Amino acid sequence: MTPSLTFALLCVLAAGGYALGRAASMKAAGAAGRIARLHSLPGYYGLYVALWCALPALAVFAATTLFKGGIAMSMVTAALPAEFRALPADQFSLVVSDIRNLAAGTVASSPRPEIAAAAARYASLKSIFDACIAALALAVAVAGLAYARGKVSATFRARNKVERVLTIMLIVASTLAILTTIGIVASLVFESARFFARIPPLDFLFGLTWSPQTAIRADQVGASGAFGAVPLFVGTLVIAAIAMIVAVPTGLMSAVYMAEYATPRFRAIAKPVLEILAGIPTVVYGFFAALTIAPMIQDAGQAVGLDVAAQSALAAGVVMGVMIIPFVSSLSDDVITAVPQAMRDGSYALGATRAETAWLVLLPAALPGIAASVILAFSRALGETMIVVMAAGLAANLTVNPLSAVTTVTVHIAALLVGDQEFDSPKTLSAFALGLVLFVVTLTLNIVGLRIVKAYREQYD
Amino acid sequence: MTDASLAASPHTSPANASANANSVHMTDAARARLRRRYAADRRFRRVGLAAVLFGVSALGFLLFTILSNGFTAFRQTELRLDIVFSRDIIATDGKTDSRAIRAADWARLVRESLQAKFPDARDRRGSRLVEALVSPGAQGQLMDMVLADPSLIGQTRTVWVLAASDIDMIVKGHADRGVAEEARRVNDRQLAWMDALQKDGALRLAFNTRFLTGADSRYPELVGIWGGILGSLYTLAITLALAFPLGVMAAIYLEEFAPKNRFTDLIEVNINNLAAVPSIVFGLLGLAVFLNAFGMPRSAPLVGGCVLALMSLPIIIIAARAALRAVPPSIREAALGLGASRLQMVLHHVLPLAMPGILTGTILSMAHALGETAPLLMIGMVAFIVDIPSGPLDAATVLPVQIFMWADSPERGFVEKTSAAILVLLIFLLGMNAVAIWLRKRFERRW
Repeated sequence: MTPSLTFALLCVLAAGGYALGRAASMKAAGAAGRIARLHSLPGYYGLYVALWCALPALAVFAATTLFKGGIAMSMVTAALPAEFRALPADQFSLVVSDIRNLAAGTVASSPRPEIAAAAARYASLKSIFDACIAALALAVAVAGLAYARGKVSATFRARNKVERVLTIMLIVASTLAILTTIGIVASLVFESARFFARIPPLDFLFGLTWSPQTAIRADQVGASGAFGAVPLFVGTLVIAAIAMIVAVPTGLMSAVYMAEYATPRFRAIAKPVLEILAGIPTVVYGFFAALTIAPMIQDAGQAVGLDVAAQSALAAGVVMGVMIIPFVSSLSDDVITAVPQAMRDGSYALGATRAETAWLVLLPAALPGIAASVILAFSRALGETMIVVMAAGLAANLTVNPLSAVTTVTVHIAALLVGDQEFDSPKTLSAFALGLVLFVVTLTLNIVGLRIVKAYREQYD
Repeated sequence: MTDASLAASPHTSPANASANANSVHMTDAARARLRRRYAADRRFRRVGLAAVLFGVSALGFLLFTILSNGFTAFRQTELRLDIVFSRDIIATDGKTDSRAIRAADWARLVRESLQAKFPDARDRRGSRLVEALVSPGAQGQLMDMVLADPSLIGQTRTVWVLAASDIDMIVKGHADRGVAEEARRVNDRQLAWMDALQKDGALRLAFNTRFLTGADSRYPELVGIWGGILGSLYTLAITLALAFPLGVMAAIYLEEFAPKNRFTDLIEVNINNLAAVPSIVFGLLGLAVFLNAFGMPRSAPLVGGCVLALMSLPIIIIAARAALRAVPPSIREAALGLGASRLQMVLHHVLPLAMPGILTGTILSMAHALGETAPLLMIGMVAFIVDIPSGPLDAATVLPVQIFMWADSPERGFVEKTSAAILVLLIFLLGMNAVAIWLRKRFERRW
């Protein structure tokens, strides 16, 4: 009995419960089908029975399914010969994943007989567990169905019960956002704590070399691995700064132009076209940066005798800036158009030109909103991954020269975690520490930005 | 206009033209000032226009690059060969069961047919060069022909087989045949053979169905995007199935039921911040929670869908709340006045009226999720997968990740395929956005 079949059966049972509850309420209403004698509409009785049938059973199903793999594995590994159980944790986890892969049939290599036996046992245990889970969940479903069916009567307040359950479900759905945040914080903090147990946080935050190659043998060259993240932070800031240098003037000027100069027709065409820039997937920008812009910049640099790296910060930064233009322009556009017309009229009445009005009246009035949009765009630039992964490379150079190759926090998170990893090495865990820094910084920027937006909106509304 | 000039010219009557002409505003210095100010205004205007045009032309340049690199990928060079399905090669010991057929030296079959055409390619080096004209996929193609119809053995057939990617690049003009021989991947002998084939009409550009129906491959001429598209579809289906109901439910609660207190404030702040968290952080969450804590399978669209659902949830909630808010209170009051419960009021009246807006927001967030790459790299969806996934639990990759992987490949042929895959992705995105705009236009209501 596979889990998906069990799930399908539960759904069928719940549908049956609905029909049953509805039919029971119709019967309770009397032969003539006088629904008015019922407290609730028949559908609510049906829903009541269906909910009783489905919810407890699904809870049982989900909880047991979540733990079955772990329990089966611990039973299997407990039965392994002592030589395997005596293995250190990292090799032991390899054995565990071997067993899991063998049982799933994803590897066709010839394993050691003990492992093969364990895999077979694991597979059979899992199927036994699946059958038990199915039986348990279906039993719970039938019991719930029978219980709820017994409750159905003309005076039973089915609607109130159903609505209470639905309301609770609504509340649960809305707390999911909090759970996600907790999940993010918990996973980042937990894994980072394991990292910082090996590498002192100060070395990580202020160290000047980054080379996370930990050696296999202790006596190898560079065995220590260096986890000073300053080169990554500087690289991130350099690229984000280049992006802002491109995006802020362009975005701001186009917002002013759209709000103050453009004819409605031009605006109706140009604004959506600019917003397409925000809708293009970042992987496309990354490809564009690596394939077109980086060689262009390199050729241009060579033409004037400059030494430009093939993966220069400039290429990644410029393309990222183009991507961010619509973020700056549409938010700035909103705040500029939100400046009351009276302020414009006052300025024009004093004889100011439109440029003077924009510079001396509108921009100062809209400054908090513009600042917020710049902050949000900056936070976006810091967290952007694909463009830098494809166009900025991995060289952790500590430099602010935009023509040299730098790397960013996000590049290294991606590089460290793509492919198979073991979860005990500081190398892998360092990705989570980087992620934590990135999360904290972008979160702070976002909170500040959103606060400013909010405070500013209240000022003019 | 300075304070001094204001003070110097109190109330000049517009009717008094001569006084006007002598006023301080009409001095040469004032006129020059005015000219300068107007010039500054025009400059400012031009700078603004330039900024808009910069953005638009950047978009145009990007699309042009992708289009000019990519549109040729939909046609692929094929060569016409007279293949002798020789008994000596395929059924060496007289057996023609599928096992023996699979074990045959198919490369030799291709090579000999080419050498029959070009007798000058019989030397050791020449045979290697001539074989390199044809894609390795040709061997599989011939094998499939014989497997489907074993009676072909011993006969001669004219077959169009795929050309190697290097040849394809030259035919399409992506590789320059004018450069020095050492700098070319195709040398002069191969070029001569190629030209001979072309003169015979034994070289054509045919529609590349494999690109639309196949999956990943090591050879650029053999790749297809169907595996990636299907992976994307599975992933998006999971994302939609999770994020849409949960997002709408959360929005309903926050907009219609939630009391104004600390807790709901906290939820709101959370949602706004989650919408701006870098996507790669969601990948870290998926890796730590879904893969390591829950033990869900790596590379599966199921996990990718869960991660993307968490990512698009805040966007859907924000859009759905805006749509719910746009339904006027009179609808709610009328429903409540007729005796509906609050939940009935919402589910029967407010929600249906808000649905077009909610759907628009949902489609846009799905379009966003479709283009997302970074979080999927974290959960192992970046893998070389030559099979087309058959369900959300199979190892799969998605279209943007496929683009990322091809973009990393050094062969020139992959540039074309990457660009073409981007075109397909952009077409999907364009379609989704068009549907969203259509929904908004069709069902938009002004209350």
